[in-house]
Amino acid sequence: MTDIPLDTMVRAAAPARRDIGLKARYAAERRFRIYGVLAISVGLAFLAIMLITIVSKGYTAFWQTTVTLPINFDEKIIDPSNKRATDPDVLIKANYPKLADKALMAKLGIDPSNKPMALKLKGFLSEGARVQLRDIVVADPSVIGTTRNVDILAAANLDSAFKGQIDLNVEEARRKVSDQQIAWMNQLKADGTMAEHFNKGLFTYGASSRPETSGMGVAIIGSFYMMVIVLLLALPIGVAASIYLEEFAKKNRFTDLIEVNINNLAAVPSIVFGLLGLAVFINFLGMPRSAAFVGGLVLTLMTLPTIIIATRAALAAVPPSIRSAALGLGASKMQMVFQHILPLAAPGILTGTIIGLARALGETAPLLLIGMVAFVADYPKTPFDPATALPVQIYMWANEAERAFVERMSGAIIILLVFLMAMNITAIVLRRRFERRW
Amino acid sequence: MSSMLVLAIVAAIGVVAFFIGRQRAVAQDNGSVKPHSRAHYHGWWAFLLAVLPALLLLAVWNIGSSVYLERHIHAALPERTADSAVASEALDVSLVKSLARGLRQLDANTQLPASFAELQPLLAAKGVALATDTQDYMIPIAVEANAVQDRLGLIGAVVTLVLSIAGAFYALRQVAPRARARNNVERLMLWGLLAASTIAILTTVGIVLSMLFQTIQFFDSVSPASFFFGTVWDPRFAAAGSGGSQGQFGLIPLLSGTLYIAFVALLVAVPVGLMSAVYMAEYASPKVRSVVKPALELLAGIPTIVYGIFAVVTLGPFLRDLSAVLTGGSPFIQGQSIFTAGLVMGVMLIPVVSSLSDDIITAVPRAMRDGSLGLGATRSETIKRVILPAALPGIVGAILLTASRAIGETMIVVLAAGVAANLTANPFEAMTTITVKIVNQLTGDLEFNSPQTLVAFALGITLFALTLVMNIVALYIVRKYREQYE
Repeated sequence: MTDIPLDTMVRAAAPARRDIGLKARYAAERRFRIYGVLAISVGLAFLAIMLITIVSKGYTAFWQTTVTLPINFDEKIIDPSNKRATDPDVLIKANYPKLADKALMAKLGIDPSNKPMALKLKGFLSEGARVQLRDIVVADPSVIGTTRNVDILAAANLDSAFKGQIDLNVEEARRKVSDQQIAWMNQLKADGTMAEHFNKGLFTYGASSRPETSGMGVAIIGSFYMMVIVLLLALPIGVAASIYLEEFAKKNRFTDLIEVNINNLAAVPSIVFGLLGLAVFINFLGMPRSAAFVGGLVLTLMTLPTIIIATRAALAAVPPSIRSAALGLGASKMQMVFQHILPLAAPGILTGTIIGLARALGETAPLLLIGMVAFVADYPKTPFDPATALPVQIYMWANEAERAFVERMSGAIIILLVFLMAMNITAIVLRRRFERRW
Repeated sequence: MSSMLVLAIVAAIGVVAFFIGRQRAVAQDNGSVKPHSRAHYHGWWAFLLAVLPALLLLAVWNIGSSVYLERHIHAALPERTADSAVASEALDVSLVKSLARGLRQLDANTQLPASFAELQPLLAAKGVALATDTQDYMIPIAVEANAVQDRLGLIGAVVTLVLSIAGAFYALRQVAPRARARNNVERLMLWGLLAASTIAILTTVGIVLSMLFQTIQFFDSVSPASFFFGTVWDPRFAAAGSGGSQGQFGLIPLLSGTLYIAFVALLVAVPVGLMSAVYMAEYASPKVRSVVKPALELLAGIPTIVYGIFAVVTLGPFLRDLSAVLTGGSPFIQGQSIFTAGLVMGVMLIPVVSSLSDDIITAVPRAMRDGSLGLGATRSETIKRVILPAALPGIVGAILLTASRAIGETMIVVLAAGVAANLTANPFEAMTTITVKIVNQLTGDLEFNSPQTLVAFALGITLFALTLVMNIVALYIVRKYREQYE
């Protein structure tokens, strides 16, 4: 080192600036960064577009147009031969739509004997009026002979027209609402008889072939049953399996096999679980088709790997010092796990369970195979009765052609997403609040 | 005695045994000997011995007696003749069974009529609907079957209760200060934990066996060669009992549709997902990351049915109209197409790719990064020349896992890809996939043993095998990769 002349060192310290292509390299750097930003923007933009289109299509589903009419429960129409005391069927089979039509004609000032005009009223009120009025009379027969204000659903097409979703510039023959009906609608709107109300029916009605009387009541109950079953089965079994694998199992062929199995099951397509449910639960064990119980079992099997993987991570995160302390104080291994490790791992287990449940709630494909695509109008009383599920209801509405069903479908998606988001946010909050780093 | 009642009594015996056991252990602890287990372990041991063997016996007894009952009915049925009114022996037995179940709904003192025609209105009044081909001679058999069932049920209940009480007494006699009750209880708990962890294996075995049996049955009527190498998918609908019309079940159009759509999806998901993972790991400030990461996770939390509906209601028609405008007339993109389905599926997979590769990129050791930056490389050069090559095996594993998700994805393709089994190279036309056909063949009222239905299981097992291989290879690569840097 010592014999290097001073001037060479000086020259080496300050070399002439060589062109090493820095400009091009920095440009490449900038381009690369932009690609990254673009990639993220593409994902987020898609998310935004999807949410915006669904919400803009679906928010109107939460309102429903009704017509408030003074219904005269005329004994001559309901029970002309006065037999209701002996034959309860009379009240069920009575011609209720006629009551509603009469009230509507009176309101609009149409002469009932004017047949062509009366005919144009067809399809103004919902067919659901029959059930609505029947329920009132059956619940309280003393209403017969009196007059009472009832909110009657408008038919789906009128509902769309009222919400301004039907293009009135299209020529009359090619749209589903006639000019006369629009005129009546505006007349009723002006005097406040026809108005939009919050759509309770969307949450309470079962399946129906008419959009205005179809809702997600059955699907909500079916999904609720399934979530309860998944929680009751998957959580204890998953936690027990994880405890065994993480705390007790010796490393051998058998535990390796279980481990590979669990990792693989987590990646098996969900539709395969549906095939399993169909072949084993329905055909082999003879369980009922379309039942929430079978759906719950299938979703349990599907959710188990998720819960096991999350629970094992949570158990493994508890530091060994806690184990040693418990064992050192004389606890048995079982006491150590159940009295010390498990409580400390609980927040992690809970987070994993909620995320697993959220996935199960949005799952559709396996439920299609076990017959949950069913037209179920009545509430399932037990998990063994036919039911549908929220995502399956959305799928069924997606297959309907009428635009009012598309509106309901988008509304149902909004509700499903709200449920899922609430669950995911709960999971994130839980993780933030209780997560402990040792 | 009904099973529910027996269960309740057994549970009650167990609870009583628990309290007596605990009480005895407390009473015996006079301070002279140090007790081995705490008192409640004696209680639990008594509870377990009172309940577990009894429940096991009850379960075995119930299964056994239902098998016995079936044989009994079978033996009691008259010899079958060629002109028998009922189609098969199995149907005979099931008719008697449902008749017997119906008879239980009647009041005990009802006079039973001898012919089914008279019996039916009685049952209908109780809300029991029976098949009309129930025969008169089945009524006495059903009555007898009910009697046998009652007798068997009673014997089972008595034996169960005796066993339960015996178990409780046995455990209670063992209570002593030095008795190892805790070890006994913990051994049983360990068996319980082990049993829970074998459910994963049972599920896999269940999946494979259930599909295998149906697939073998399917290959009885359709040869494996024409299934795996057939290029025409035309299953035809077989009405129940017709049996004559034989469809063609070629896997090739479905498989190529599946792979084509998965390929398009990966073409979208891999570059976008990988680039966002790189950006998040190497460039993004913590602030940006804390906003963008949950948003991408949100994308992953949206159910696939929502993506499918977006594709079919919004994106499909939009692309069709757009292509019509571009050509100034007829659209070249169909409403349902490979392109639409693949695009939407790709977006669904972006968060999958990005979260998997995020883990892998952050696992590359800091020293490699610092070394490259210290030598004067720019960040992007470090990523392209050092980090990505080092992470390559892991990324390949991640892509394989993503591809297996794409192949097994159902709802998006059911809604957006179409149902026609075409063989085409044009991405703007409709093609169908394995999963779509599984759903199509199994929704609707089909006869369960027809090849039209069974083919769904053959498709299912193909799908399962395909994804299984991909998953195992991917998991192996990812695990190997992780070990490399740990």
